[in-house]
Amino acid sequence: MGAWLDANLVGVVNGFAIGFLLFIVAVGLSLVFGMMDVLNLAHGAIFLLGAYVGAALAGGNPSWGGFLGALGLSALLGLAGGGALSAMTEPLRKRSHLDQALLTLGVTLVVAETLVMVYGDDPLAVGAPPGLDGSVPVLGAFYPTYRLVLIGIGAVLAVLVYLVVERTTLGALVRATVADRDMVAALGVDNRLIRVGVFAFGSMLAAVAGVLGGPIYGARPGLDSTVLILALVVVVIGGLGSVRGALLGALVIGQVDSLGRTLFPDVASFVLFGALALVLVVRPRGLFGGKLGVRS
Amino acid sequence: MTPAAPQPQRWAKPGVVAVVLVVLASAPLFLAPFATSTVSRILVFGLLAVSLDLLVGISGLPSLGHAAYFGVGAYAAGWVSINVTSAIPVPLLVGAVAGALGAALTGWITVRAHGVFFLMLTLAIGELLHQLAHTWEPVTGGANGMAGIPPARVGDQPLVVSGYVHWYVLAAFAVGVAVVLVVSRSPFGLALRGIRDNEPRMRALGYPTRVYKYAVFVFAGSIAGMAGALLAAQQRLVTPADVGFATAALALLAVVIGGVGTLWGPVIGAALVILIRDAIGPGLDGHGTLVLGLVFIAVVYVLPRGFGGLVSRRHR
Repeated sequence: MGAWLDANLVGVVNGFAIGFLLFIVAVGLSLVFGMMDVLNLAHGAIFLLGAYVGAALAGGNPSWGGFLGALGLSALLGLAGGGALSAMTEPLRKRSHLDQALLTLGVTLVVAETLVMVYGDDPLAVGAPPGLDGSVPVLGAFYPTYRLVLIGIGAVLAVLVYLVVERTTLGALVRATVADRDMVAALGVDNRLIRVGVFAFGSMLAAVAGVLGGPIYGARPGLDSTVLILALVVVVIGGLGSVRGALLGALVIGQVDSLGRTLFPDVASFVLFGALALVLVVRPRGLFGGKLGVRS
Repeated sequence: MTPAAPQPQRWAKPGVVAVVLVVLASAPLFLAPFATSTVSRILVFGLLAVSLDLLVGISGLPSLGHAAYFGVGAYAAGWVSINVTSAIPVPLLVGAVAGALGAALTGWITVRAHGVFFLMLTLAIGELLHQLAHTWEPVTGGANGMAGIPPARVGDQPLVVSGYVHWYVLAAFAVGVAVVLVVSRSPFGLALRGIRDNEPRMRALGYPTRVYKYAVFVFAGSIAGMAGALLAAQQRLVTPADVGFATAALALLAVVIGGVGTLWGPVIGAALVILIRDAIGPGLDGHGTLVLGLVFIAVVYVLPRGFGGLVSRRHR
């Protein structure tokens, strides 16, 4: 075990970095679905938007100002995009998931194609901000500093989201809305506000994740569907609407993706599918998904 | 629904079908080669859309990854054409079998899922096969695609002229659609509609619903694989994009524009999608995708039941 860990330490740490990034993306997707019963396939497009904002402001010449500015701007764009998506899907609430999927797919195509028109087809590389672009020794191996920082940021965000959803009055309202929307409305709460709020918050996280993931993934056409698929797999494994499930699912998929790529490079896709199949056979509703409402 | 619903103009339908077939068959006689090949592409994509409608409209299984089996069929047919023989109907059959096999290997897990999980799972599987097409370079040619597929042959005669290719595509299209129609009107098809409308009741009536869903998933996969084989013969090039999410989404758009569950509507939807992508798109610097995205959004709000919904609400 010790020797195996030595050889694959970089892969394991990479898996954590990808896992926490995926958590930031997937938790929004999961809450939006759990709360509003909306399958938001535009989530990947919001991530891509964040990635291009990061590339535009901090791509060529990485600086802290550009990086933080990109974070702030992408957060605002994410909030606005989430609000718009919430308004667009509102009339479709009573219709099938297929209609929601089509609508958000259309939004994805428009956003992705507009980004291609503005920034071109070529992948854009994004550097880490100064001071974080080097490597540090980790147990004898050198490892990119930025990814370690990303793990830290991801962990802090995960704890924050968990505390907000689990321990605050607002979080209780959100969970209650997930469990029984109509009952919350009957208690006199305007759950439209909660709906817009969660949609905007989830999209903001996705856009911020796009900037944070820049130094790893860059910004390129097609990244939106790659990230969307990984996030969907995370959500399916973790269970819809569950924060804890999203975290566990993201960490599992991060490891599967990272180790799969280093250990079995030819069949990495199948490893991912295998993990998904295994979980669904054992727990058809995901690890933390339940029939009655949704736990955090 | 009652099978004996009144159909006043019984003679009209075969008449319309015959006229449409004659018009399609005579396309090469009065259209330029490029326009003819556009019509062929519409037929290829239309067959994919019809097979998807069998899942979405008839069986209530909205798949976002149906292009995967289309792609599997296309790659398999291309491989056979390059390495073994391109004599009709070998690639077509190989494509159908490969599509069915792909659907059989992945379908056992998707049909266990319901509702939104089905959407997500099919999406994930489609994307995984898309990545496989990218990474399995020795067979698929990676990102460059599988090039150099020889023309389909009748005996020793290669079909090079676009008109002959068109007739081949049209014939296979007609066979494929006819098979789908027969299946959808069989007792099996009626049971599928029952499962779509009320699965618990069908199970209570003793139907093994999961087996039925698996069977139709595999069958639709084989028709999609057949369409893929036609793509390989018509385009003579298969790229990972043909397997991907975008193709699956466009097929779904074709189904929804045309009218879910009508089976003929998706062909019209396919025509619209291909015309926007191949005829209007190049005029916009290749940004037809943008137009398609806007069409997606518009259709959801304005035409939720598609053109088929405008014409008839009866035969669903």
